[in-house]
Amino acid sequence: MDANFAKENEPMYDAPLGKNDVDAKDTKIAAKDVQVYYGDTHAIKDVSVDLLDKTVTAFIGPSGCGKSTFLRCLNRMNDTIDICRVEGLIELDGEDIYDKRVDPVQLRAKVGMVFQKPNPFPKSIYDNVAYGPKIHGLAKNKAELDEIVEKALRRGAIWDEVKDRLDAPGTGLSGGQQQRLCIARAVATEPEVLLMDEPCSALDPIATAQVEELIDELRASYSVVIVTHSMQQAARVSQKTAFFHLGNLVEYGETSQIFTNPVDPRTESYITGRIG
Amino acid sequence: MPLLWLFLIVLAIAAVGFVLGRARALASAGGDVRNLHSLPSYYGNNVAIKTVVPAILVMLIWLIVQPMIVNSTISGMIPESSVAENSSLGLVMSEVRRTAEGLDNAVANGDMTEEFARDARADFTDVTQRLKDAGQIVTSDVTQPILRAAQSYRIMNATGNLIMSGIVLALALSGLFWGLRDSHAAFRARNTVEAAVRALLIGAASIAILTTIGIILSLVFNTVEFFRLYPATDFFFGTSWAPSFSGRGGSSDLGVLPLLWGTFYISIVALVVAVPIGLFAAVYLSEYATPRVRAVAKPMLEVLAGIPTIVYGLFALLTVGPLLLGIFGDDGLGWMQAGTAVMTAGLVMGIMLIPFVSSLSDDIINAVPQAMRDGSYGLGATQSETIKQVILPAALPGIVGAILLAASRAIGETMIVVLGAGAAAKLSLNPFEAMTTVTAKIVSQLTGDADFSSPEALVAFALGMTLFVLTLGLNVLALYIVRKYREQYE
Repeated sequence: MDANFAKENEPMYDAPLGKNDVDAKDTKIAAKDVQVYYGDTHAIKDVSVDLLDKTVTAFIGPSGCGKSTFLRCLNRMNDTIDICRVEGLIELDGEDIYDKRVDPVQLRAKVGMVFQKPNPFPKSIYDNVAYGPKIHGLAKNKAELDEIVEKALRRGAIWDEVKDRLDAPGTGLSGGQQQRLCIARAVATEPEVLLMDEPCSALDPIATAQVEELIDELRASYSVVIVTHSMQQAARVSQKTAFFHLGNLVEYGETSQIFTNPVDPRTESYITGRIG
Repeated sequence: MPLLWLFLIVLAIAAVGFVLGRARALASAGGDVRNLHSLPSYYGNNVAIKTVVPAILVMLIWLIVQPMIVNSTISGMIPESSVAENSSLGLVMSEVRRTAEGLDNAVANGDMTEEFARDARADFTDVTQRLKDAGQIVTSDVTQPILRAAQSYRIMNATGNLIMSGIVLALALSGLFWGLRDSHAAFRARNTVEAAVRALLIGAASIAILTTIGIILSLVFNTVEFFRLYPATDFFFGTSWAPSFSGRGGSSDLGVLPLLWGTFYISIVALVVAVPIGLFAAVYLSEYATPRVRAVAKPMLEVLAGIPTIVYGLFALLTVGPLLLGIFGDDGLGWMQAGTAVMTAGLVMGIMLIPFVSSLSDDIINAVPQAMRDGSYGLGATQSETIKQVILPAALPGIVGAILLAASRAIGETMIVVLGAGAAAKLSLNPFEAMTTVTAKIVSQLTGDADFSSPEALVAFALGMTLFVLTLGLNVLALYIVRKYREQYE
């Protein structure tokens, strides 16, 4: 805990720079000229971005700039909104995810999502995690399911806290535990990409630190995309950063470069707090 | 003085008080509203309230208490000998009241002078004759004690009314002056009016509660009376319902079990129809329907709830009964003897309950946070998987509450049963047989010229009490479950 507080006290953007070395990695998701409309509102304009595998990418930008909307395009969550229309090309491993042959339900199993507010189902902790594996038939029997659940909870860094009360309701956990449970739940379906929409905005600094640590560990196996309002958080956890403003992708690059030497004046204004 | 006039005079005094109080307050502030504590109309209202409320309250209390006092005094005047056999003091008293009324009307029509009506020595045969001549029908011949009692009844009431009018007017006037004295700039008229509004609201709430208590008490007293005449064990555990009406003599079997069985059987059939249909309709409306479909379909479904139950009863009798008879009757499977049966009533009652279940469930399903749906879709679940495994379990306590409310409604339903289920109290498992319920039997025990001291009539109260306890229990259970559910997302 003390270490975490110490981290908070360090100068704003220095800490992560050293460890955010990005090797040459494959492109996981490629978006080209993506446009999103809500009814008549043009919410996302000409966004093209390549998200890398085994990398944490942070989306930053002022409220209403479209970063969450763009994130929800990546696993077609926007399909559940009637008035939303997506144009352009988004490819996952070279396959167009908006192709007619792609089943959005299958896609979402591959591209998992964690939401702003922890939203455990009103079920037991075990059933929360087992939900995804069960509906996708990932386990042949109970023993295998137990194994998957334990593995997911361990990856969610919450196993030690809940292993003795897997039958307790997930809603009874604290906010930070709930969010880690939701991450474990998303991890349990073995996704290839993990989308996180402001996963720490409802959490206190301690829980935030735990979740951030977890995100850093998840990087080893997944491509993680995180939307955040906290620039310190973006600097701490991500290797790549994309800055959105008024529906446009203004700048995309190495996190260290965006925070120390931004190319676009708008990016500089935002990270120094002049617009937002 | 007639009551209406008294009431209008009090209101007139209050109206005058309003104008005077308003003007006086304004004058005390030098005509400038800004110097007043409250707006001028509050001062007027303050005076009007102080005029009306005490006066009308005293009037109401007086109107309740006076007949009680008069009645007990007059009852004391009637010698025991004049209470004939198989009659009662109550019957004699109503005769006294009729005679007094006859005298009143005769005086009002000018057929009798006031002195004659009050004359204690008047010959009672003469009075009877004159009352009959005047067209004031008196049932039997007026006897001496009854005439005397009627005369003092009139006199006591007249003096009572006079005193009441005096007191009420005096109270109204003193209230007026009390209010006027207070009508100066510093008086907090606004707060006084606020307190009066509060008292009015408390009064309205307590009337509803007191009425409930009154209903329960009347049920309890009559139920206790019934159990004095009929053994409780026979009532609760008797398996035969065969009331014999006092006119025909003989003893009755008043076992509640056949009626309870009929009630539960019909309710269960109704719920078996209503719960799946209502629930699926609710799921469609809240999860699948587009907003446009929902805007049309939901009110249409709720129209069902607005149809009077007697119309459902007709539907059961004229449409569903013959339809079922065609399939299960002698021409078809041969299970059904007549159109009225448990199945007929149960099916129609189920249709009646669909909007209850669907409307309540729809609200409850909508109350499940969108985050639950997002979470499930985000894990790659389909819509029906999400509904089955996340939304319905989350909404289950609320849905159970809705079903219990529908059940208590089914148990209390009368008209559909009267018309659709027949009138035979039977303990049978065949759903195509006629049966009857507690409510339908309450109706049949109390309609007609029931003697309210016989167990055959009083059993209706015991049945009503049983039903009340049952539905109250279900409602309490439903509320408890619904409340428990609410805590889950807060």
